[in-house]
Amino acid sequence: MAEEKVHLTKRDRLAVAWRSTFLQGSWNYERMQNGGWCYALIPAIKKLYKTKEDRASALKRHMEFFNTHPYLASPVMGVTLALEEERANGAPIDDTAIQGVKVGMMGPLAGVGDPVFWFTVRPILGALGASLAMSGNVLGPIIFFIAWNLIRWGFMWYTQEFGYRAGSKITEDLSGGLLQYVTSLASIMGMFVLGSLIQRWVTIKFTPTVSSVKLAKGAYIEWNKLPSGANGIKEALIQQKDGLSLTARKVTTLQDNLDSLIPGLAALLLTFLCMWLLKKKVSPIVIILGIFVVGVLGHVIGIL
Amino acid sequence: MSAISMILVVVVAFFAGMEGILDEFQFHQPLIACTLIGLVTGNLIPCVILGGQLQFIALGWANIGAAVAPDAALASIASAIILVQGGQGVKGVGTAIAVAIPLAVAGLFLTMVARTLAVPIVHIMDKAAEEGSFRKIEIWQVIGICMQGLRIAIPAAALLFIPSTAVRGLLESMPAWLSDGMTIGGGMVVAVGYAMVINMMASREVWPFFAIGFVVAALTDLTLIALGALGISFGLIYLELKKGGSNNNGNGSGGNTGDPLDDVLNDY
Repeated sequence: MAEEKVHLTKRDRLAVAWRSTFLQGSWNYERMQNGGWCYALIPAIKKLYKTKEDRASALKRHMEFFNTHPYLASPVMGVTLALEEERANGAPIDDTAIQGVKVGMMGPLAGVGDPVFWFTVRPILGALGASLAMSGNVLGPIIFFIAWNLIRWGFMWYTQEFGYRAGSKITEDLSGGLLQYVTSLASIMGMFVLGSLIQRWVTIKFTPTVSSVKLAKGAYIEWNKLPSGANGIKEALIQQKDGLSLTARKVTTLQDNLDSLIPGLAALLLTFLCMWLLKKKVSPIVIILGIFVVGVLGHVIGIL
Repeated sequence: MSAISMILVVVVAFFAGMEGILDEFQFHQPLIACTLIGLVTGNLIPCVILGGQLQFIALGWANIGAAVAPDAALASIASAIILVQGGQGVKGVGTAIAVAIPLAVAGLFLTMVARTLAVPIVHIMDKAAEEGSFRKIEIWQVIGICMQGLRIAIPAAALLFIPSTAVRGLLESMPAWLSDGMTIGGGMVVAVGYAMVINMMASREVWPFFAIGFVVAALTDLTLIALGALGISFGLIYLELKKGGSNNNGNGSGGNTGDPLDDVLNDY
């Protein structure tokens, strides 16, 4: 054993952070993220332990079961680095203590990561990018990709460093106010944006005609009385601008009636129906296929 | 399609497959995957539009814990290839989306197979750990990732070798009522993704913000970025007011030092 204390440099920690990108690469039904976790720690283990026995036992203790949100593995990684460093320098930290910290942190952190990343940040960035992409704008995917990876990498590096500095105290720190503040802000913004997205992007159009009224003379453009040529077009446009109808009959569809309540009402109701079905444990795949069936059938019988 | 395009398509599919499990760079998200397929095949714009529409459907798909979500990677790669092979351009987007959904389910089974095949891989890594061999662990981790890449790359390559006339013939034989109906269904199906997200986030406290968002979007022409700015401002104002309220009720004069949240914020 060397007399001097071994320390993990920033370079070592960056190597670990980069490798934790591949955390889920060998995700398996037996011990889930264990292989990737061990893989990510290799640079640190190499640096901290010199004998073959020490290295083998370090590798073995990090092949144990582990599973959390892939990005929130980073703070756990930081804490583990701090613990392993102390252990390599002679502190009495045993295998169960390290495993205990890992298991103790992974559950609560996964509970934070899933709603924040998968259900707030990704839907919002995804919807922003997708709404640009749908009009054929290549900026949509580019913005999504850059913004997501900046957030992800910033988060992973910062929280790993935070975990490394805080050591085993991190669990208490994370239950503090900042995280809660960020989570509530994210969910408020998320709900607001979702409300507007449902209005803008879920499209349902009911086609049945509710009424068809013959308009009074003078309320519509009388095409056969227009002058010929360009003058006729001009006259027609002027009359339309004055509010004259293009046709002699005023047709009101079911959709027009619904829109006069508030545009997008049907979309909102459909979303509520889907939420209710999901809560009843109906598989999303079944709902999606069901909606396609309804779309086709509705179109065939002429209501959509 | 040229040989180079075909190779690049398989490479893109490989990356999408890797990301389907890693979930880091997001190459498996429809927005990125379809765009890349479009880029390497010279059909950029229709594929970007397809990616945008699929992204809306896939908004709420996420791997939670050990549960597997519908496979966005296979759905986006395969439907983009079908869109390109069909040669209908933007017009083919509706049908491509309809094909994507069953593919997402098929991909789910492939994912489960791959995750089961990873069990023997970690057993080999166990042995390597006992020997203290860093290299072997690293190699098998990379093999694991490659297996996930092949999960999408192989089906993608297979699709490339189905002649485009066959794909086109199949798509053109589809009657208009079916494809129109599918397009209508595609307009509604995004509601499922939103519903999943709302079920995760909703609480009594945040429902009013949903209502405001809906109404503002319905009756104004604000762009999504403007709406996002409004949303975050509402959130900040609300949390600030809530903080002030609890402070005043708590200790009357509510100084900054009595506020735990402020202390935390100052500490960072």
